[in-house]
Amino acid sequence: MADTAPDLTPVTLITGSLGSGKTTLLQRLLLDPSMSDTAVLINEFGEIGLDHHLLERIDETMVMLQSGCICCTIRSELSTAIKDLHSRRECGLLSPFRRLVIESTGLADPFPILSTVRSDPVLRHHFCLGNVITTVDAVNGARQLDAQPESVKQVAVADRLVLTKTDLATAEAINCLTNRLHYINPCAPLWRAVEDDLDADTLLSADDIGVARWQPADGHGHTPDGHRHADDIRTLALSFDEPVDWTRFGVWLTMLLHRHGDELLRVKGILNVADAETPVAVHAVQHLVHPPRHLGAWPDGDRRSRLVFITRGIDPALIERSFRAFSSVPHTANRSRGMRQ
Amino acid sequence: MCALCGVLGGMEHWTDSVARPGIFTRNTDAASRRRERMNRVAAANRVLSCYRINLADWQGSAFALSTATGKTEIVDNLAHLWMAAERLLGRPCDPLDENLIALMERELG
Repeated sequence: MADTAPDLTPVTLITGSLGSGKTTLLQRLLLDPSMSDTAVLINEFGEIGLDHHLLERIDETMVMLQSGCICCTIRSELSTAIKDLHSRRECGLLSPFRRLVIESTGLADPFPILSTVRSDPVLRHHFCLGNVITTVDAVNGARQLDAQPESVKQVAVADRLVLTKTDLATAEAINCLTNRLHYINPCAPLWRAVEDDLDADTLLSADDIGVARWQPADGHGHTPDGHRHADDIRTLALSFDEPVDWTRFGVWLTMLLHRHGDELLRVKGILNVADAETPVAVHAVQHLVHPPRHLGAWPDGDRRSRLVFITRGIDPALIERSFRAFSSVPHTANRSRGMRQ
Repeated sequence: MCALCGVLGGMEHWTDSVARPGIFTRNTDAASRRRERMNRVAAANRVLSCYRINLADWQGSAFALSTATGKTEIVDNLAHLWMAAERLLGRPCDPLDENLIALMERELG
């Protein structure tokens, strides 16, 4: 049965605040030869679109959405545009593309865009969610995180973070912002656009390097610059040896997302599921849960389950207590956790 | 049918993902599906018993959620379970409710 299922085309979302370098990143990625079979969909807010001119690649696999912000006003246009790309690919009118990249407006809340791909009755049978790549401006990033709730959400839901304009910011500002980004989203690996090599395949591949590399902090952490931010983001990172009862976990997470999905910005983890040989990766963005993925092997041979919750306004200690009580994972010596509030 | 929007062919729930390469699911063959349904009923009832409501398999295709007085709703999957439970109870089912957690911990020992 599994072998007959069609391959789904991953959809990668590039998001980030206005002027944070999304188009520059996309422009750079499109120079990579491995991106030649990638369709691109650009959303611009305003009457005159410019980003597609900046990309210097005008072909039939580049689509422009210009009538508004895809997160709030033109979701149907987004799904129509993706369906049109798919239809033309199936008819042989387009060179076959194996992935799709969407560049959103800086104002966009990523959730409705992801939800469109997952919930549209046609799209969900042909496309799956890939990574969310969030660009953060090293000069203005801290201010944007303070002032714009969408910016915090864009960082919280990211699978990959790219810090831009590091050549224009002081080392102290970069350090402070990097710590804050790790605080908001401890499992998203971060690249510096200026200094680091940005490999398209690594940025776009659906692996779990973030969770695999993540090591829980001991005890209670603190915000990087010593004070509570208005964003009220709290992170709970759990690690435990006991195998997880998959059915109980499903009942619990479904119940948790039903009641608190709006405040659970991100749930990400790899689980040692009882009766499964290899780890299972779980991803959720608010109410939206990706189909769980069966990974090929344990990263670094470490068979502990790891779960990260990025929440807004929920007490992380309560989530941990609830998880352990519902999933029958008792508090034992062989566990560790990091909690930041 | 999607309980939220009434559209036929509602969204696949992640706990019932269609089997395809790389996806972890117990929705692979008839025996596994049946076994998982039984496990799911038991796991859900562990929580629902705290609210004095009960879930039962219904013809292998849906679930029947019933109160002690016999008020019953049919639910398709876990996505609809908690909405239906709240409708029957007339109050929220919150996994972060400290009283509920304490009841679950007592059972855990």
